[in-house]
Amino acid sequence: MDWTLYIYKTIFLFIILLVTLVVAMYSTYGERKVAAFMQDRRGPNRAGPFGLLQPLADGVKMFMKEEIIPLSANRVLFILGPAIAMTTALLTGVVIPWGGTLTIGGREFSMQIADLNIGILYVFAMVSIGVYGIMIGGWASNNKYALYGSIRAASQMISYELAMGMAIVALVVTTGSLSLHEIVQQQHGMHWNVFYQPLGFLLFLTCAFAETNRAPFDLPECETELVGGYHTEYSSMKLGFYLFAEYINMFISSAVIATVYFGGYNMPFIDQLGLSPNALTLLGTAFFFMKIFFFIFLFMWVRWTLPRFRYDQLMNLGWKGLIPLAMFNIVATGVYYYFFELT
Amino acid sequence: MQQLTNRSKVVSDKKMTFLEKIYLPAIVKGMAITLKHFFKKKSTISYPEQTRPFSEIYRGQHVLKRDDLGRERCTACGLCAVACPAEAITMISAERKPGEENLYREEKYAATYEINMLRCIFCGDCEEACPKEAIFLTDRIVASEYKREPFVYGKDRLVEPLDPTKRIDISKRQTESVLKFKENKRFAHNK
Repeated sequence: MDWTLYIYKTIFLFIILLVTLVVAMYSTYGERKVAAFMQDRRGPNRAGPFGLLQPLADGVKMFMKEEIIPLSANRVLFILGPAIAMTTALLTGVVIPWGGTLTIGGREFSMQIADLNIGILYVFAMVSIGVYGIMIGGWASNNKYALYGSIRAASQMISYELAMGMAIVALVVTTGSLSLHEIVQQQHGMHWNVFYQPLGFLLFLTCAFAETNRAPFDLPECETELVGGYHTEYSSMKLGFYLFAEYINMFISSAVIATVYFGGYNMPFIDQLGLSPNALTLLGTAFFFMKIFFFIFLFMWVRWTLPRFRYDQLMNLGWKGLIPLAMFNIVATGVYYYFFELT
Repeated sequence: MQQLTNRSKVVSDKKMTFLEKIYLPAIVKGMAITLKHFFKKKSTISYPEQTRPFSEIYRGQHVLKRDDLGRERCTACGLCAVACPAEAITMISAERKPGEENLYREEKYAATYEINMLRCIFCGDCEEACPKEAIFLTDRIVASEYKREPFVYGKDRLVEPLDPTKRIDISKRQTESVLKFKENKRFAHNK
């Protein structure tokens, strides 16, 4: 048994967990700041310098709130809903390569928890299970608005997952691998997949918005129509879990987009810098996080720019717009590789 | 039909063009607008640290002035109460007893003088009506309360303190035009 590896993986797992939670926590702060700035306001600036302690204050508030489980709700499922949403959101980070390899004491340590050879399918699997969290929560609430919200969530996610999967199929044709580690390795330097799959990227990005329930696709929880959507009946930290899971999903989606389409931890001119391998790895990780933060910002930017789609528009866009485009993308990619680049 | 304004727009039901249908140009346009606002200077004033400058002739909480010798100027004539459009002012007059000359300037004074700050509309008509230059509106804000009763301000809160250092400064309300206007008053008792 190789104990150092186990210890390293355990420590790394906790670091990733911590980073994910902290980033998600500060995404709530970032969201409020971005929203404020785009609306010519200042945003939270009272708790700590620049309001940096605001997420802590929000967390304390969430914990202090009275916890209500409606009498008519199914208790087990009611608690299971947010638990599933949170767990699946956290599980996805396992396959993402956060950096290259670190060499400590003559041994190589990969900055990826598990290099699954079907990494990208694993991401999809986890994201799909995440829908159950919302569906079960909305169903168990025994409230018509919550049920509406969860029905919307289910149909929206199923519709957009199709287009998302098809966008990835075209990408897999290009890369020839399902392992996220290999996909990143192939994008060394500036060979980012976004330049080979621009349409696929656009489709994937749009579907990522829909998958994370973010505006303009936030129909499952649209406050104006459905009170609170699937989390109408939730209070205290169970509500906090749902909201938090959304931010974690946003972080993970950004990480996946950065990994798959924007070269992950690769950065241009990395070979010309002449740094030691460890420094390069850490620099790459920093660059990777910069990409992730840009995409998180993009998520917020879009949210505070675009109004919500109407439900029929949403379905039209999904089934009549994105899916045919994704199919076309697959065919075009396939034709290109069949006739011009026989590998 | 005759148009009332020239702001009305013709609503058309035309089909969207291809560029409009794929939404993307419009989305990019919208995002450019929000990004522009992102870097714009914010017009917020962070209140407790910064305050907006008051107008020099701001009409806030009233004050009942004393004269230079520390005597109350008000003679309870009731002109302010008559002038008040909101009927916020009430008073009860009393006659000055011998030996009270250092307290009240006139032979008749206000035993009670109350302004209901919830009724008051801060128009300044009382100040204008006052022949004795006794009542003025100041740049102080009426404090908020939890109940209605404390909003009826009595003499204890309206008359300015006797201490010369704690007098309420109303000189800023005495702009040139105001002074000129008051010159014409027939019964100007104050020099």
